[in-house]
Amino acid sequence: MAENTEPRIGVFVCHCGTNIAGSMSIDAVVEYAKTLPYVAVADQYQYMCSTPGQKKIDDAIKDYNLTGVVVAACSPRLHEPTFRTATKEGGLNPFRFEMANIREQNSWVHMHGMYDESTEKAEDQIRMAVAKAAKLEDLIPKSVPVEHTALVVGAGVGGMQAALDLASAGIKTYLVEASPTIGGRMSQLDKTFPTLDCSQCILTPKMVDVGRHPNIEMMTYTEVENVEGYIGNFDITLRKKARGVLTPKEATAKGIVGGGCNGCGDCTSVCPVVKPNPFEMGMAPRKAIYIYHAQVMPLIYTVDFDSCVKCGLCQDACGEKKAIDLEMQDEFIKIKVGTAVIATGFDLIPIEEKREWGYKRYDNVISSLEFERLICASGPTGGHLIRPSDGKTPMAVGYVLCAGSRDNTGGVAKAYCSRFCCMYSLKHAHQMYEKIPGCKVYLFYMDIRSFGKAYEEFYYRIQNEGAKFIRGRVANVLEDPATKNLHVFAEDTLLGRPVDIEVELLVLAAAIQPKDGANVLRKKFGVSASADGWMLEAHPKLNPCGTTTAGVFLAGVCQGPKDIPDTVAQAEGAASAASIPIHMGQVELEPYFAMCIEDLCAGCGMCVNLCPYSALALVEKDGRSVMEVTEAKCKGCGTCGGFCPGGAIKMQHFTTPQIAAQIDAFFARGDA
Amino acid sequence: MSDEYNPKVLAIICNWCSYAGADLAGGARIQYPPNIRAIRVMCTGRIDMLFILKAFAEGADGVLVSGCHFGDCHYLEGNYKAAKRMFMIKALLRNIGLDDKRFRMTFVSASEGAKWATVMTDVTNKIKELGPSPIKEFKN
Repeated sequence: MAENTEPRIGVFVCHCGTNIAGSMSIDAVVEYAKTLPYVAVADQYQYMCSTPGQKKIDDAIKDYNLTGVVVAACSPRLHEPTFRTATKEGGLNPFRFEMANIREQNSWVHMHGMYDESTEKAEDQIRMAVAKAAKLEDLIPKSVPVEHTALVVGAGVGGMQAALDLASAGIKTYLVEASPTIGGRMSQLDKTFPTLDCSQCILTPKMVDVGRHPNIEMMTYTEVENVEGYIGNFDITLRKKARGVLTPKEATAKGIVGGGCNGCGDCTSVCPVVKPNPFEMGMAPRKAIYIYHAQVMPLIYTVDFDSCVKCGLCQDACGEKKAIDLEMQDEFIKIKVGTAVIATGFDLIPIEEKREWGYKRYDNVISSLEFERLICASGPTGGHLIRPSDGKTPMAVGYVLCAGSRDNTGGVAKAYCSRFCCMYSLKHAHQMYEKIPGCKVYLFYMDIRSFGKAYEEFYYRIQNEGAKFIRGRVANVLEDPATKNLHVFAEDTLLGRPVDIEVELLVLAAAIQPKDGANVLRKKFGVSASADGWMLEAHPKLNPCGTTTAGVFLAGVCQGPKDIPDTVAQAEGAASAASIPIHMGQVELEPYFAMCIEDLCAGCGMCVNLCPYSALALVEKDGRSVMEVTEAKCKGCGTCGGFCPGGAIKMQHFTTPQIAAQIDAFFARGDA
Repeated sequence: MSDEYNPKVLAIICNWCSYAGADLAGGARIQYPPNIRAIRVMCTGRIDMLFILKAFAEGADGVLVSGCHFGDCHYLEGNYKAAKRMFMIKALLRNIGLDDKRFRMTFVSASEGAKWATVMTDVTNKIKELGPSPIKEFKN
């Protein structure tokens, strides 16, 4: 509608309660808007996003026969979709809407003694928005079909939950895990707080569910190599790392009937190479052909080609099953998925770099994950807690909480709270009393953050069990060379005096950081990071599972520290969000595609090389060469349009005349 | 309004990083001077050099382009391509006798609200120091 007629723009200024109205004169802004070219009506309302506010837009479009709508309110990143819908309901094309951000980029950042400046800035912002609105054009979003498949990266408890939910919702799900087994960090834990459930007992059934779910294709020892495409149609290249061992399915495919790895372990017993097992935090050996632990899923051995000497003993032991292929190479697998969930989890910080606590310098200073393995019945000591220096059962144990968390000293230290260390340290204290009657437990803490359901009650329980809580950061740890005991020096800030406590074992509740490689992975998906390195959600309150890449979602600790219940909850949220486009069957892409104005195109081809998505190509038309856009590949960045020397590329919704009008409008008023 | 010189500065910023960073500064109520008006584009790669020259021709005292950090571009590499063009802008400005400090490219991510406020303050102070753009004399 409204082609070839003079633009008629409606301007609506939002008070946002006092968020905007408290910092500027709304009346002055509205009166000013009325004087602008093309403005047919200017109005104001307390909350434009409310139903009555949106109705004002709807009514005004009809009453004033508007061709464009400007709302001056919050950020378009928050409410552009809302007002586009209102514009559409009024009978206009939704892309006839433009927003002036007078809250996040005005009233909230010019709050004190800036009333006149704020008002003037809002007037400028509206003038620029009106100028653009007058040149907006009808656009039709492009609908694309969505692949009925999903990808989950990382198979810890979060990734497994997301995969199970997606798969149970009828979606074929690829669950990709870099290590040889699914299970993640949770499978390394002994008990879970505050219920003291056995971690393996509640996790293993889930691992089995994942393994046998008909809709889950579990791909262990596999990493994401490359990501192309967009929501609904991601083309993912996976690197299936050479495992050196064939599954029964792979063996059958190769014509080895009845062959393939059955997990018997004959190979590992003959392997002559011994290496530390990373699953046991290096405290137990593994061979060059190995499984991490008895409950691995899938139960398929893996050859560590970095340490394998290719002696062939394992192949002899394997015999007729012919499962071992020492010449295996990495394989690249291409899959197509509609949406993706990232659930890559965390690592502990290299706590040895906080030299004052003596980790890796003193035998009896260990990390919390090492403690988990030492006290776990399936761990290297069968659950008998011993200290590394002499194998004795420690009768006095210290725990350093916030070891590297809430620490602004730089280096490996993190300013954030790692969130679950308080609670697992309380759990560790409880386990000490349970397993070693008569032992002494000291917890050095800053604050105990027992925020979850039944967490505070657990804290009281540990206090009543006799644990000594010393409020103060540990300044230094020294080892007694004779006994290998440790002297822990701290200030007890409640008593206001320094303490020196001798313990036989010291456990560092180390801070956590994003999983090694997560930073590379997130860039492949175009996901941003927060200042602290965790992956950035689309909105901290309203879209905590989404990312700025449509169709890519976050689950668990990769987005920020969280405990198991929160991880599982977010995983279910991410799975739900990831299933929506798949069940809708198609998604609308914002129609910001590049278009070639063929009359102006000289066919130089500069744009073809600039396009990061290979969306542009030169084609022959009417005997000359012109550029052509493949809309499905174009993401609308405008890199081609910003460069085209002939001005032959039209970037829809960000056209050169629209941006030029905004620039003109800014300077239209002259100097204040 | 005070008689103090209030420069007019145009910012052209990308949707995914710097615009989001500016929104974050707002959410956190980090205060900065009110001299800058922003135009949102999807990517700094969209920014035609003519936009910047046009802004100066129309009377801008300063122009700022702000995008994602290198390696963080939502469109993979738009910011690299923008940065290359921005070097040319600097050279062009020097050649026509305009102080190239009137033009600046910065990199502010979606999580750097405080940095956005710092950039706003720095740019405003720098332009105040340089005074009104000499191009304005030709306009009147």
